[in-house]
Amino acid sequence: MSITKVTQHPTQNEGLIFERSQTGRVGYRLPKLDVEAANIDEIIPAELRRGDGLADVPEVSEVDVIRHFTRISTWNYSIDLGMYPLGSCTMKYNSRLNEKVARIGGYTNLHPLAPEEESQGALELMYRLQEDLAEITGLPGVSLQPAAGAQGEMTGVMLIRALLDKRDGEASKDRRVMLIPESAHGTNPASAALAGFTVKAIRANEDGLTDMDHLRELCDQGGVAGLMLTNPNTVGIFETNIKEICETIHNAGGLVYMDGANMNALVGVARPGDMGVDVIHLNLHKTFSTPHGGGGPGCGPCCCTAELAEFLPVPRVEKTGERYHLNYELPNSIGRVKAFFGNFGMMIRALSYIYTHGAEGLREATETAVLNARYVAHELKDTYHMPFEADCMHEAVFSHKHQTAAGVHTLDIAKRLIDYGFHPPTIYFPLVVEGAMLIEPTESVGRADLDAFVDAMKHIDREARETPELVLGAPHSTRIGRLDEATAARRPVLRWRPDMESLGKSA
Amino acid sequence: MSNIPENLKYSKDHEWVSVDGDVATIGITDYAQSSLGDVVYVDFPRAGDKFATHEAFGSVESVKAVSEIFTPVAGEVTEVNEGLNDAPESVNNEPYGEGWMVKVKMDNPGETDALMTSAEYEDYLSSQG
Repeated sequence: MSITKVTQHPTQNEGLIFERSQTGRVGYRLPKLDVEAANIDEIIPAELRRGDGLADVPEVSEVDVIRHFTRISTWNYSIDLGMYPLGSCTMKYNSRLNEKVARIGGYTNLHPLAPEEESQGALELMYRLQEDLAEITGLPGVSLQPAAGAQGEMTGVMLIRALLDKRDGEASKDRRVMLIPESAHGTNPASAALAGFTVKAIRANEDGLTDMDHLRELCDQGGVAGLMLTNPNTVGIFETNIKEICETIHNAGGLVYMDGANMNALVGVARPGDMGVDVIHLNLHKTFSTPHGGGGPGCGPCCCTAELAEFLPVPRVEKTGERYHLNYELPNSIGRVKAFFGNFGMMIRALSYIYTHGAEGLREATETAVLNARYVAHELKDTYHMPFEADCMHEAVFSHKHQTAAGVHTLDIAKRLIDYGFHPPTIYFPLVVEGAMLIEPTESVGRADLDAFVDAMKHIDREARETPELVLGAPHSTRIGRLDEATAARRPVLRWRPDMESLGKSA
Repeated sequence: MSNIPENLKYSKDHEWVSVDGDVATIGITDYAQSSLGDVVYVDFPRAGDKFATHEAFGSVESVKAVSEIFTPVAGEVTEVNEGLNDAPESVNNEPYGEGWMVKVKMDNPGETDALMTSAEYEDYLSSQG
């Protein structure tokens, strides 16, 4: 027996709020007018009025609105529902304790323009977080201001540019090449270009590591301002030559920026500053468990060497004696990169995460994250193609190579995982691996969940051989099945219009 | 197996070139469109833009990824295929026809001699595994 989906039944689907509209229905009741009624024509100029009587705005009751949006909210998959192995994104559990701390009235009720003497607690929190991030990265200069990773990246490369301009003067303009591995996150070349650099791609060798000969060759060509490197890199492998890489760049007169997206593999174990890195951004919303997904808010602090610190954004949080204050008097600063001081709520949660774990706990979290990824790699290496031999760190990359003969590709495997109750991994990234699946379990997942995930992946492989149509048509358990992503991207429908009432009914 | 017309020249970046006097028409190969998956947007240069050999002149966005496209020959862009703005699927459906991308007035028409023939491109594809 097959189940027929009834599109208007609320447990199986949810229409648009516009379709619930009933003429004259309202979600409010105003008290009786106890003053003289004003004529709207006299108090609001005609050109400021819509004139259509709010036609097409849905007329619904409060309970209609609440149920509509609550039902839709149950369609979401979230980190609170289950494993979310989205490689590179580090979807770790966001502890309730962090939320409790972030709701302390002294923080939530503080105005960002309150005077320093009334903001000492908030400033102390920021100062302490700066100190801890400096200790964790081995880089003493810290700005918490960047709003998220990409802005942290841009801040980082702008610091490099500022230092080169000061150091080399006019000659700095001949030093505008930023080296970036071909497997890098797409935001790296974008940040470099925005900061006025030209990007040259570094090849990887067959082990998935930076090709040292190619790196030296590019340095010999001259004009190198710096390197943007993710470590562990985007295929989840630690760049074992990192010290030599940094030396090569430094000898060529450039600086090393590290993308901190993968710091979850290093915290408490190894420090970028000790490896020779000059500047790094951190994603508090990844590594330090502040909530993300759905667009933010993130927090992308920038940590740098003492040499680069004079260029950090203003204001900087400093401590004199027992008093915390904001320092705007930094003449060489690149300026502000974000209004006020960044996303303060995320700083509270990140510090709560650090204090909850302590040094030992942070190290254990890192070790568990790597152990979990290696467990998945070990359990799946005979089922799914692994393009690289080296042990992975906190995430493992596979490809669809063993399944394509049956016509099943990465996208199909990802869609079928939804039927097994898991959020799909990151797919088709990194680009250097054809049909990539980048799996990052994080430390938040226990053995039982890892085994269930591995089991699902093995089942999907078997289905790909025995009943490929099951995988190709997935997902089957969701309210809406396989979406036509190509048409959605080619001809996006971004808003409802009155003449689209038949939308969704005709299809 | 990929469709590789005999009358065209090919680059290692999987672009094809059709030559008419000193004007080269450039698109991406059947193999390229098949690897990219459903193309949803093509980002072009403007007519009049000049490019050196192997410079990125635009990008192709598919449901999987955004990939740069490179000029196999140096020259000045004379025309872009505006039709792809409304029908990017032509790149998938007719990579060698309606899916063409740009026409370039070549600085050095002899440059196409360095590109691969269809037979050489076929060998190149098999060597890529």
